[in-house]
Amino acid sequence: MNNRLTQTLRSANRNGKKLFCAYVTLGFPRLSVTEALLPVLEKAGVDILELGFPFSDPLADGPTIQFASEAAIKQKVRLQHAFHLIRKLRKKGFRIPVLLFSYLNPVMHYGISQTLRQLRQSGFDGLIVPDLPPEEGRMWEPWFKRHQLSLVYLVAPTTPAKRIREIANRSSGFVYYVSLKGVTGSRRALPLDLKRKLKTVKQNTRKPVLVGFGVSNEKQARAISEVADGVIVGSAIVSRLKRGEKAIQSVRSFVSGLVRSIR
Amino acid sequence: MKSAREVQTLGKKPDERGHFGIFGGRFVPETLMEALRELTRTYRMLKRNTKFQLELKHYLSTYAGRPTPLYEAKNLSAVLGRNLRIFLKREDLCHTGAHKINNTIGQGLLARYLGKKRIIAETGAGQHGVAAATAARLFNLECDVFMGSEDMKRQALNVYKMNLLGARVIPVHSGAKTLKDATNEAIRDWVTHVDTTHYLLGSVVGPHPYPMIVRDFQSVIGRETKAQFKKVARTSPDYLIACVGGGSNAIGFFHPFLEERVKLIGIEAAGKGLNTSKHAASLRKGTIGVLHGMKSFVLQDREGQVQLAHSISAGLDYPSVGPEHAFLKETGRVRYESATDEDALYGFHILTLLEGIMPALEPAHAIGYLVRRARSFPRGSKIAICLSGRGDKDLDVVRKFKVKIPGAPSS
Repeated sequence: MNNRLTQTLRSANRNGKKLFCAYVTLGFPRLSVTEALLPVLEKAGVDILELGFPFSDPLADGPTIQFASEAAIKQKVRLQHAFHLIRKLRKKGFRIPVLLFSYLNPVMHYGISQTLRQLRQSGFDGLIVPDLPPEEGRMWEPWFKRHQLSLVYLVAPTTPAKRIREIANRSSGFVYYVSLKGVTGSRRALPLDLKRKLKTVKQNTRKPVLVGFGVSNEKQARAISEVADGVIVGSAIVSRLKRGEKAIQSVRSFVSGLVRSIR
Repeated sequence: MKSAREVQTLGKKPDERGHFGIFGGRFVPETLMEALRELTRTYRMLKRNTKFQLELKHYLSTYAGRPTPLYEAKNLSAVLGRNLRIFLKREDLCHTGAHKINNTIGQGLLARYLGKKRIIAETGAGQHGVAAATAARLFNLECDVFMGSEDMKRQALNVYKMNLLGARVIPVHSGAKTLKDATNEAIRDWVTHVDTTHYLLGSVVGPHPYPMIVRDFQSVIGRETKAQFKKVARTSPDYLIACVGGGSNAIGFFHPFLEERVKLIGIEAAGKGLNTSKHAASLRKGTIGVLHGMKSFVLQDREGQVQLAHSISAGLDYPSVGPEHAFLKETGRVRYESATDEDALYGFHILTLLEGIMPALEPAHAIGYLVRRARSFPRGSKIAICLSGRGDKDLDVVRKFKVKIPGAPSS
């Protein structure tokens, strides 16, 4: 597999650099804001971008991303918008790897092979599907390979060691470790045994492990990056997008702070 | 035409990974995978455990009121003519007024064997919520029920019942604030409290093993019907008809007959008509998709966003359907038809007037369909209908509509 994501992961691994991955919902609060925001995130030091496609029934998401998804759906956001946006930004020199974060249904409805082809052509590097466990994803893995797209699987605190190995083995690029039992969204405190669990995950794979769900401040990001290869922040960014005209400015300084905290 | 071999294996689904043909499966966040595996393991063990089965049987007979009668509706049959013989499987006589209790007693017992102290449930009209809250009392479990805030307004009496039963009803304000969103919220709660909580799903939907477990607990309906039919009519029925929302009463009714020469008809809610956008006919009008952890037919728009279902009966108001129904449709084993809101109201009144039985609006769809299509059944057909619940809960809705029944005594 060779794409922007695998290149970024390899170079981070060589330099011992911790990675920062940002999630934003496409079309929240408006498509034009997403378009203006992505280059700002790149400049603020984001290494990997997860572009969230809104779904009517986001069962892994907490209130923040539910709200953003509903708002984006009201604006009739379509998968085509995601393809257009990334293609346009790539032409303008947007370099960091981009993963589409989507529940299975919209992608399946569009057609898996059609989606993968268009993702590749428009400059995406992979896909994260929170409701697609490896058992059900297996049949599509060869298609991802053919398009040089990474299919990132998730590991949870409830995943037994043997299964961690299986999932990590099949996950392409990195392993997405879900920090807590629950849905996405900021948490004041992360689980006490997070570091211990993370060590177990790290012992069971040589692939990079990035940690998401609940991460919302510099202290948490720093603590996690001591054990993991990077952090993923979503809801804490999305909630700042509600701040009207100051939204982008506020996200910029928030993300810069987070990036500094793990370097 | 299906080969004999295919017919023989229809009742043996799902496979190890929970697939009914291309449908079913497990499409959930990884956090739940281990809990689903544990549930599958425990359930498979209990299925063969005599003590569990005896205990289940005990509660079904002494608490839920099983077996329910099979009643020959001679007045209705006479009006329909053509020597048709109509039989009603009286699930409306179950404790709490519907078939839902068969499943909640089964899963309540299962929760106890799993060592879980808390159950959660989703509910639309509140029937499953009440049945779950009831089972929670019986087995001394803590119970939280998720219900759309819109539905709570429409079904205030059932909310009150659940409160009386000591359950906490948690309003769901997200999305469309109905059953689909309550189900999302129940799954989110389960992801968070998976160690201590059993998710008591109310229909044959969701990730494997739920469609299998709920079907097994509801199959008591079909097994009893089969035995009772032999006794009463000395033969098998020619047709079985049941309404389909998520599809639990229909699967329970049909399943023991899948490998026999009985014609099976599932009735979906056509709402204001299949050519409008206001219906709940996922099988007839939906497309293949993934919702609530299963692959099945889903009512969705061009972007793959799930759409709202509509039916006069809250119990059929769901934008998808159990994966086994999807499979039975694709194999052609079950024929899926539909009945409109108007048909259902007509069915309600006709059964009330002719037989003195007020059906819930869900099975009233099956009655309405039968009455409308009576002439399409061969003379002398023996037809069994699953009367899945009683109508008390729907009287406020029924009252709002005036329906003219020809030949009815004037009020």
